[in-house]
Amino acid sequence: MAEAFKFDLVSPERRLASLDATEVQIPAAGGDLTAMANHAPTITTLRPGLLQVTHSGGQDDYIVLGGFVEISGEKVTVLAERALPRAEVTKALHAEMVEEYRQAHEAAKANAAVDPTLVDDAAKRLSDMEALGDHITA
Amino acid sequence: MPSLKDLKTRIESVKSTRKITKAMQMVAAAKLRRAQDAAEAARPYADKMAAVVGGLAASVGGSDGAPRLLAGTGQDQTHLLVVMTAERGLCGGFNSSIVRMAKARIAQLIAQGKTVKVLTVGKKGREQLRRDYANLLIGHVDLSEVKRVGYENAATIAKDVMARFDAGEFDVATIFYNRFQSVISQIPTAQQVIPAVFEDAAEDAGAETPYDYEPSEEAILSDLLPIGVTTQIFTALLENAASEQGARMSAMDNATRNAGDMIDKLTIEFNRSRQAVITNELIEIISGAEAL
Repeated sequence: MAEAFKFDLVSPERRLASLDATEVQIPAAGGDLTAMANHAPTITTLRPGLLQVTHSGGQDDYIVLGGFVEISGEKVTVLAERALPRAEVTKALHAEMVEEYRQAHEAAKANAAVDPTLVDDAAKRLSDMEALGDHITA
Repeated sequence: MPSLKDLKTRIESVKSTRKITKAMQMVAAAKLRRAQDAAEAARPYADKMAAVVGGLAASVGGSDGAPRLLAGTGQDQTHLLVVMTAERGLCGGFNSSIVRMAKARIAQLIAQGKTVKVLTVGKKGREQLRRDYANLLIGHVDLSEVKRVGYENAATIAKDVMARFDAGEFDVATIFYNRFQSVISQIPTAQQVIPAVFEDAAEDAGAETPYDYEPSEEAILSDLLPIGVTTQIFTALLENAASEQGARMSAMDNATRNAGDMIDKLTIEFNRSRQAVITNELIEIISGAEAL
């Protein structure tokens, strides 16, 4: 049995989870990372993706959009701008989200002259969002 | 001296007023509970956000690469005041206390020769500010259709404010709202959001564990600052919502009590006049009988 650590998942509106986890898979901006007990203290931003929490009672999946993670030795805190249990995300809702990001991307392209880096960011978020569709079954 | 019928109508009308204020008080009490729960639920996120952004700001803040949201424009000539009030009245001094504070600040800034712009959130504040400072109002956010303030509302306001900041419309942004203390006490609060200020973060930043940052500290900070601003606005909206219901609850409690007092007074007056009418009638009968 792997060592447990405290895991919190909070969104601005509510605390979604607060439990003792043994393993958390995080969709970090620079690539997926798995946090286990005594992980090096890290702060990193999130990309839209699937967050998988393994604990003694099984595994919980959440869809997270943006935000950041704070990992310290004995605690992992995920602050997501938007977070939903995977079961609550339907294909229709996902399509809506993709559309939202697509519009953001278009808007960024329209403003490309002002800040070209925003276009790349928006494009990356859009493709992350689209890739997320593979995980959605409902 | 009002007639018996007049008194009776007045008593009836005050009674129905009392029923209405009583109902409003109970509705406000129920909504207050919900608003407080929402504010409670948002606290862990806001606290953590403030701690992390504060820690980052403390370590990056001094360098030249600090994001503009943190470093500011280097001036403080143009001020944007975001005045958050309620959409509805009948909540005691709730709206006017915010507006009074905002007006004091406007007067002070104008006296210092600064340019002031005002963005109002909530109808009541706009109405009151329009009387004196109509030319300073640059925008209004209407939340009258919103039953329950959500993060999206805060995000819309924050986006608007940050777009104006990027366009160079102002140098300093301050939000005005009522901080919820208790049902009978709400504290009008002014909080500077741009450039970002972190009051207590600087002290505990040193004690924190040295974190690895992925990507760099600067990149994370510039990602998180807009979220931080949004969170501050969201917290303010929630505090304001709870304060509004608290203020309305105590205002309506007072109104109910006053209506009760008034009913008692009117009832006494009614009974006295009825007695006077009876006495008068008796005197007339007796004096009529004596005259015979």
